[in-house]
Amino acid sequence: MPDSLMTRRTVLGTAAAAGLAAGSSAARAGNAPVPPSEATVGQTRMIVNGQPIALDLDPRTTLLDALRDHAGLTGTKKGCDMGACGACTVHLDGRRVVSCLVLAARCDGHAITTIEGLASGDTLHPMQAAFLEHDGFQCGYCTPGQIMSAVALVNEGHAGSDAEIREWMSGNICRCGAYPNIVEAVRTAAASEKG
Amino acid sequence: MQSYTLLRARGTDAAIRHARSAPSSYIAGGTDLLQLMKVNVETPSRLVDIASLDLRGIAADNAGLHLGALATMADVAASEQVRSGWPAISEALLLSASPQVRNMGTMAGNLLQRTRCNYFRDTGFACNKRLPGSGCPAIAGENRDLAVFGGSGACIATHPSDLPVALMALGAVVHIRSVEEQTRDVALADFYRLPGATPHVETLLQPGDLIVGLTVPPSNAARKSRYVKVRDRTSFAFALVSAAVALEVREGVVHDARVALGGVAPMPWRLPAVEAALRGKRADDDLWRQAASLAAEGAHPASENAFKITLVQRTVLHALHLVAA
Repeated sequence: MPDSLMTRRTVLGTAAAAGLAAGSSAARAGNAPVPPSEATVGQTRMIVNGQPIALDLDPRTTLLDALRDHAGLTGTKKGCDMGACGACTVHLDGRRVVSCLVLAARCDGHAITTIEGLASGDTLHPMQAAFLEHDGFQCGYCTPGQIMSAVALVNEGHAGSDAEIREWMSGNICRCGAYPNIVEAVRTAAASEKG
Repeated sequence: MQSYTLLRARGTDAAIRHARSAPSSYIAGGTDLLQLMKVNVETPSRLVDIASLDLRGIAADNAGLHLGALATMADVAASEQVRSGWPAISEALLLSASPQVRNMGTMAGNLLQRTRCNYFRDTGFACNKRLPGSGCPAIAGENRDLAVFGGSGACIATHPSDLPVALMALGAVVHIRSVEEQTRDVALADFYRLPGATPHVETLLQPGDLIVGLTVPPSNAARKSRYVKVRDRTSFAFALVSAAVALEVREGVVHDARVALGGVAPMPWRLPAVEAALRGKRADDDLWRQAASLAAEGAHPASENAFKITLVQRTVLHALHLVAA
């Protein structure tokens, strides 16, 4: 589909500049008035990794593209862009979702956590450390989504057994096939959080 | 994706007014709609965002289980009331999609998920459901996943969702709002339309109609219900065949029986002949075998999916064994 690719690149090219501008005006986000009309016009204001940001977005922009191309947070990956691979998994108000199937404009007033928001300074989140320790990846492309899903899985209480971990990680595909090490990492991180 | 206006509805009546005044789609979880919009199968000029409507409730009383249209698949699956009173609903949801998608997808949205027939989702092909009158390449083409019941010469697409299969077996009622009427109640059994010559008409919903909730009656059979799903991989796949079975056995005799199939028809497919063969009979392995042998009666397989005939019988048998155990 060369035509649609061309269109998308064009859109992304112009959007990159807008994203930078929006990022620098993030401090003003909290004071913007709510538009009186029900039409979604103007800026989309979100709390991303604890920081308020405001973005000017086409209503078609997905949360995934808003994060990557407008907010400069490229840790969240685009795999299938159709909800099947899980590479774009983020937490929306604390629950894991595939950001490729979320419209960014519908996230106005909501809180998002991405892979960039897990660590505390230079200290990795225990799940990130466990993925390193257990070699839970090869190429690494699916890894941010795997880790975001894994953190949610532990919070949901679904790390009871390897079989349960596999089932509740089934929304995240790893084409390198690092699954055994991913299960080990999730099991270890879950156990360390309990202990 | 074609451009559209996104409207945030503040209230049910406002949502319906918005949806009636332009070619619109409601958007709730958005998990199926966005996929369809990305490939230009759905091209609404207006999206009416209903996420803020107060339709997320999950509650049970003497009249049954009440599910708000916007209750998420994850929340309903995890509900203790659902798991104890209507376990097939929880099982069907847990076997659907992925954890991420279940956090997004809603009750009403899942009833309205469009077929996964690859020809429907690829605008490079003809499809009578997408473009009425253009033809059906599936009938002489790739149809392994498609219907063996209820299809027509115009369309053999299957309904892809699991939840409505359980709801069909358990006798759910759909609550629908439109502007000039109060809420009207429609049995799920009357909600879907078979393709016939008009496969683009899938339900009885009229423009602007908004599903606001579902009620599932309580029963002893519902409390003993199970959902079995057979698919090409262990998790995160659509059903080749699935079965929802609910039984009430009193003193060794089947008093009530409900059986519905998924993955094999344009709508959740109830099996009245199997239910009749079960009712009033002594509950034992011979009865399960005899009833399950009737599960594929009336099936018309396409060129690539005759395997579903045997699979339907075996899936129903397995589900009966699970429920009776």
